[in-house]
Amino acid sequence: MLELYGKTLSSRLLLGTAQYPSPAIMAEAIRASRTEIVTVSLRRETAGAGSGGGFWSLIRSLNVDVLPNTAGCHSVKEAVTTARMARELFATNWIKLEVIGNPDTLQPDVFGLVEAARILSDEGFEVFPYTTDDLIVAERLLEAGCRVLMPWCAPIGSARGPSNPDALRSLRGYFPDTPLIVDAGLGRPSHAAIVMELGYDAVLLNTAVAKAGDPVRMASAFADAVDAGHAAHEAGLLEPRDMAVPSTPIFGKAVLT
Amino acid sequence: MQLTINGEKKEVSAATLAGLLVELDYRGDWLATARNGEIVPRDLRSECRLDEGDRIEILSPMQGG
Repeated sequence: MLELYGKTLSSRLLLGTAQYPSPAIMAEAIRASRTEIVTVSLRRETAGAGSGGGFWSLIRSLNVDVLPNTAGCHSVKEAVTTARMARELFATNWIKLEVIGNPDTLQPDVFGLVEAARILSDEGFEVFPYTTDDLIVAERLLEAGCRVLMPWCAPIGSARGPSNPDALRSLRGYFPDTPLIVDAGLGRPSHAAIVMELGYDAVLLNTAVAKAGDPVRMASAFADAVDAGHAAHEAGLLEPRDMAVPSTPIFGKAVLT
Repeated sequence: MQLTINGEKKEVSAATLAGLLVELDYRGDWLATARNGEIVPRDLRSECRLDEGDRIEILSPMQGG
């Protein structure tokens, strides 16, 4: 079981709700993913449209917890205010904190991220920081009050998969007791399995499912991969070696030359 | 008075933020509001007086990743 800020979960997959071909497919993909947490956002409402209400009632019907994000925020102030608005609207202390530093890579501004994390933690928020795989930034985020870390494995939406497994391995090694969730950059179920085999606690993804040819089937494939990677880690993976080792016993082999 | 609401300039007559939501037909209990970059909680909208040139943001739940 996975525990995030006191909440116990059986699924280790967190799923975004953006970019699906339709709300119905989104809902079906969420069910197929077996996720218990979905990410949501806040955007400008249109007068008289009530457009947010329809989406919100659909999410509420799915019996999942919501993790609001501060996506698109480029400053501490913007992210903090968005988090406060999200807390009121979604009635949760959880916030996926994004402070974007670069428009092309969507790389976090890690300095602003730490500052915003400190402000929000002091206000009682339970912060899920979208961060890089930098060890020292991770330390600063924990000092700022975060009890979960969400390092990227590649830029958001890039589908490139883990581009620096050594850094992910290092984070896992240094923070054995902190829930670590790979957020962003996963493209394939095998990518999810790799990070789970590294000992990560969960993965968060969106585009790879939403933009798949069949999002519902892909959601299910990711769920299976996450479970398989986690089971493999728990079971104890064989360390690679340079030379061959016979798997069939030599003892008892016939001499036929 | 003229306000900027969700990035668009609008002429409105409401004196408070709560009145503005009614005037512009923003319905539902799923809205979050900010005035000049600061959150205005739901309970305080009726006390939130509007001034010429205020920037108002009215947000609702949307898809996110």
